[in-house]
Amino acid sequence: MFNSRRACGVVFALAIGLASAARAEVAVQIHYLKQIVPAPPTLSNLDPIPEDLGLRGAELGLEDNITTGRFLGQTYSLSVTEVAPDGDFAAALRAALAETDLLVLDAQADQVTLAADLSEAADALIFNAGAADVALRDTECRANVLHTIPSYVMKADALMQFFVSRRWDEIALIAGDRAEDVAWADTLEASARKFGLRFGARKTWAFDADMRRNAAQEVPLFTQELGDYDVLLVADATDDFARYISYNTWRPRPVAGSDGLRPVAWHRVVEQWGAAQLQSRFEELAGRHMLDRDYAVWAAMRSIGEAVTRTGAADAATLRDYMLSDAFELAGFKGRPMTFRSWNGQLRQPIPLVHERALVAQAPLEGFLHQRSELDTLGLDQPESACTAFAN
Amino acid sequence: MKLPILTTLTAALLSTTALADEIWVTNEKDDTISVIDIETMEVVRTIETGERPRGITFSKDYSVVYICASDSDAVQVMDPETGEILYDLPSGEDPEQFVLHPDNRHLYIANEDDAITTVVDTETRTVVAQIDVGIEPEGMAVSPDGKIAITTSETTNMAHWIDTETQTLFANTLVDSRPRHAEFVKDGSELWVSAEIGGTISVFDVATQTEKAKIDFEIDNIHPDRVQPVGFEFTNGDTHAFVALGPSNHVAVVNAETYEVEEYILVGRRVWHLEFNRDRSQLFTTNGVSGDVTVVDVESRKALKSIKVGRFPWGAAFRPTE
Repeated sequence: MFNSRRACGVVFALAIGLASAARAEVAVQIHYLKQIVPAPPTLSNLDPIPEDLGLRGAELGLEDNITTGRFLGQTYSLSVTEVAPDGDFAAALRAALAETDLLVLDAQADQVTLAADLSEAADALIFNAGAADVALRDTECRANVLHTIPSYVMKADALMQFFVSRRWDEIALIAGDRAEDVAWADTLEASARKFGLRFGARKTWAFDADMRRNAAQEVPLFTQELGDYDVLLVADATDDFARYISYNTWRPRPVAGSDGLRPVAWHRVVEQWGAAQLQSRFEELAGRHMLDRDYAVWAAMRSIGEAVTRTGAADAATLRDYMLSDAFELAGFKGRPMTFRSWNGQLRQPIPLVHERALVAQAPLEGFLHQRSELDTLGLDQPESACTAFAN
Repeated sequence: MKLPILTTLTAALLSTTALADEIWVTNEKDDTISVIDIETMEVVRTIETGERPRGITFSKDYSVVYICASDSDAVQVMDPETGEILYDLPSGEDPEQFVLHPDNRHLYIANEDDAITTVVDTETRTVVAQIDVGIEPEGMAVSPDGKIAITTSETTNMAHWIDTETQTLFANTLVDSRPRHAEFVKDGSELWVSAEIGGTISVFDVATQTEKAKIDFEIDNIHPDRVQPVGFEFTNGDTHAFVALGPSNHVAVVNAETYEVEEYILVGRRVWHLEFNRDRSQLFTTNGVSGDVTVVDVESRKALKSIKVGRFPWGAAFRPTE
């Protein structure tokens, strides 16, 4: 079934000199469930995906919650299930739901909807911290699922805002041939059109040559047919070939998307807004840098913590109502309060635009305005989303 | 970093026009202090410090200056005349901000990475106590009678109330997101705490540790998300607070009786901490992103000048030069 099941942190209750220690004890149980997905083969093995990706974010979020909770008589515990690639995900879900109705999922989109639709999950609150698929915020949204990982649209919009501000008006694109690559490319293309950029040639990367040997010879020819453009987008969701494009394009143009300038939820180069503190706490815990999914899982854990702190409740219904209300805000170290969209459960958040060595900009960029929140210039806005599950 | 008001102030000023007071500014990303001559409004000295200097405060007699060198994990003690580091105090890891007790002897230090407040005896140079507080402690304050110390924790979102007699917590009060700075005002009857992400200042009644008011900020044409209160300082008699509003690039003037904002003053980018000159007629603001200090005329509430300092100026402290 599932390959490991560990109870990671546990409960401690210290009433450190509370002025009014009369507050009721609240015990919060959270289950982190990760589907292990075998990484597809890629041309380079330079950047292996950490095995504890996501899990470390859960552990840090738990620590943060425990530290806060001990001043309020609130305790937190986390249990962890990692489901092997051939494991029974539904069985793992049921076991987790038998234990708690607060679930943090690090899984693919179809597994998120599978979880949400289980009868045992009807009253649960599930956090999607792994799947960036647009459909989960759109036609496939579920009322019991909130999303802390930014969607592909949010990331695409962040990039386009940057291009608009730099007047890089003409876009070309190379996409891989995997389904995720095509989805990411389609999202980028739609976003470019939304922002009024000229979307030119689009080519599919279907080579099976080993680019470590041949990039210098193949990429110039391959990109020659793209004509002229200001910036070249690369849609390579599994980080297979993108790294071989930069500096080898026929025309000397910047690369963005899956390599070069990348829109992310989190990256080690984010250090303003107190982020340096989160980075160092994470590095001390995990012995590595905090990555996108660590951040999304951490944000889910902290959202629960913040809602428990403010409401004194531990039940999914109360916490969900509070998170979707105007009163909720999460301090996510990205310079603005983060809140959930009441129409599809997506966590609003700034999107850092980074290269490997520095933060280039952070979207929303200045000048992109919105009647509700500038953060709603990123991703599916209320009129665009076909999600109706949240309508009360 | 509040200066006790000197009663002989006017006389002193008149007779010593040749002696210029100074504002000391820590530059977080330059590992230096810029010393501004208040008379000429220029940087007259740049002094090297440990890594990532942030909090800065002078001893009550101005014989030494204490500097939180966060990345050096030390509180450095400097001779302000020579700029020489005399010695380091044991400070716990990553000291960010601190406050000197009215006894001029005990430093209460926020250890940002360790969720601890460290109390150091500056005479014996030993750690007297370490108190567990919330995550990322930052704002520090001590009541005028010295009985209460406050630590605010940025991620736990609380003000922690420390009994300085026993060095233990006696209350923890929730505030809005990312509390940054705390000050006792009105003879210690009120505690003000700013919340950067929450966008508010909470005013507590000290006797009961209950919130008695909350101050909101609203600037035309600037999204509320960008209006982020951080440092604040009070005018003579605690009648008004000047509040740095971070990336909104404004300082608010708050009436401390009505808790209403009277005015917003445009300053440099990401305004962070504030310090007054001797008679509190001028206010100096550290502007983290633009790397400068704005001088504000308190009476007219107008920005007079900006002074280029080092990279990412953070703290500011007043030093009289006589």
